[in-house]
Amino acid sequence: MNPVATPFFFYLLSATMIIGGILVITRKNAVHSAMALITALLAQAGIYLMLYAPFVAGVQIILYAGGIMVLFLFVIMLISIERTVKERQFNKQWLVGIAAAGALGGLFIAVYTKGKSLFPEGRVSFGEGQNTQDVAALLYDSHKGVYMFSFEIASLLLLVAIIGAVVMAKKRI
Amino acid sequence: MHAIIEYIQSYLSSDQTPGAAGNWFWATVYVLLVFVGLSVAVIAMNWLERKILAHMQVRLGPMRVGPHGLLQPIADALKLLLKEDIMPAEADKVVFWIAPFIVVLAAFTVFVVVPFGPTHAITDMNIGILFMLGVSSLSVLGIVTAGWASNSHYPLIGALRSSAQMVSYEVAMGLAVISVIVMTSLNPEGTGTLSMIGIVKAQEAQHTWFVFKFFPLGLIGFFIFAVAMVAETNRAPFDLPEAESELTAGFHTEYSGFRWSLFFLAEYSAMIAVSSIAVTLWLGGWLRPFPNALSGPAWDFVFSLFPGLTFLFLGAMCFFNTVRMPKHPLFKIQTIGLGAFGAVLALIGLVLFVPAVRERVGDIFWFAAKVAAFMYLYIWYRGTFPRYRFDQLMKVGWKILLPTGLVLLILTAGAGFLEDPVKEWLKHVL
Repeated sequence: MNPVATPFFFYLLSATMIIGGILVITRKNAVHSAMALITALLAQAGIYLMLYAPFVAGVQIILYAGGIMVLFLFVIMLISIERTVKERQFNKQWLVGIAAAGALGGLFIAVYTKGKSLFPEGRVSFGEGQNTQDVAALLYDSHKGVYMFSFEIASLLLLVAIIGAVVMAKKRI
Repeated sequence: MHAIIEYIQSYLSSDQTPGAAGNWFWATVYVLLVFVGLSVAVIAMNWLERKILAHMQVRLGPMRVGPHGLLQPIADALKLLLKEDIMPAEADKVVFWIAPFIVVLAAFTVFVVVPFGPTHAITDMNIGILFMLGVSSLSVLGIVTAGWASNSHYPLIGALRSSAQMVSYEVAMGLAVISVIVMTSLNPEGTGTLSMIGIVKAQEAQHTWFVFKFFPLGLIGFFIFAVAMVAETNRAPFDLPEAESELTAGFHTEYSGFRWSLFFLAEYSAMIAVSSIAVTLWLGGWLRPFPNALSGPAWDFVFSLFPGLTFLFLGAMCFFNTVRMPKHPLFKIQTIGLGAFGAVLALIGLVLFVPAVRERVGDIFWFAAKVAAFMYLYIWYRGTFPRYRFDQLMKVGWKILLPTGLVLLILTAGAGFLEDPVKEWLKHVL
């Protein structure tokens, strides 16, 4: 079976993501921004698929596109659009913004020019059909499971965030 | 030319899905077949729902367009296509235009992984069930944006209700699904699977449908899913987003004509999609009933006759009603039409008895029959249950289904863990 991860799909998905990202910050209407963000997130899921990581792609769709963005839209819909369209769109932190963008751009250029010596030659190929099982083995397996502790710490962090949200939102429990 | 024919034929001997074999031609054929089959199923559901609801309420239902209203869905579709397409002046044009397409795309894309048989699926993914849940959860985006873009009160309230409801019930649904995935890992290797075909094969290997596994744990998981899936598709008794007594028609109040029909199409194909998830996960997918009690080649043969017998029965029903048609000359065309329809059904039934066909359609038939049972249940719920109030809906979702699902998951994992030691111990004691 021929691999479908051709450069064509990479450029298509990347272009979708970049255009989506630009639309997110330039649209005045918050709902349009959110929809552009959803497009960008779905294209990102496509990139994960190209990297032979279907599990990550599926989780990306469920969590970001299907879960978090719905809650985003839920809140945005209740905002008065007439008012937000009149708001000034850019704030006065452009100096910081340029510095941050410059640093990130410098990093990209550095990786692009020196990438060959930074990364190991050749690529590790995971079987596409075993991706979910591989992820699970890295997390929970008694021999290979090296990420169990960090995974549990991350879930604890999320638990704290959930409890914090409930406490902040509801004064009387 | 020769190379093309060879390419087409090369798939026929394989025992994989066209997606796994990487065969473009057969993948396209399967996509088209699923699309056509789904459209026919939606049309049939339209007629059946009106007819069954009518009979439940001691009415006749559609009787005028065609014999027993058989042509009513086609007439409706024509009417919807020809109707004026109204867009509210204050609507957000682009979003209003995109929203129905998001819903339809999400509802149809999930059928890529639905396994109608061990090889009768467009493709099999390693993340099958995750893909189905993920893509079907995208349809809520379409509903929310449709309600918002209409720029009107009732659609907005409908969209808010819908998103709150779908997000809440997705959690309980996910927990029920995870308990099944835990069950798939009960094999010597101890590795589970998310693939839809893999889940059915796990049931085949364990000689039980997961609804009967660890009785009553599997049954409870199935029940949670069966409730959550009705809420997830916004159907009665959880159809608050389109409660007609309060919100006119909910999120699609402002939609008309073709765009409205897209919502209709998406609703019914989403119903079929979640039903096929339930069938795959709990009811053994394409496996025939009673594989343990009634096993052996003789019973295999008897069960392989069912598809043909079903169509013969439908044809016989048509002939029975042809005889009962009024003898007035005005009904002549309708009588002939019904007779011809019965003849077509009976012919299909006869074709299904041919051994070569019989072997290949058995799995599709059992899958479709199980899904059809769910579709009947949907109509039955709508005919018999009163609508929930919104706070009751949230209470059922968060305070009953979610805790039950959590406990169920822990108990299932515990039962799977203790299954082998307990068996060993029993052997030791007895």
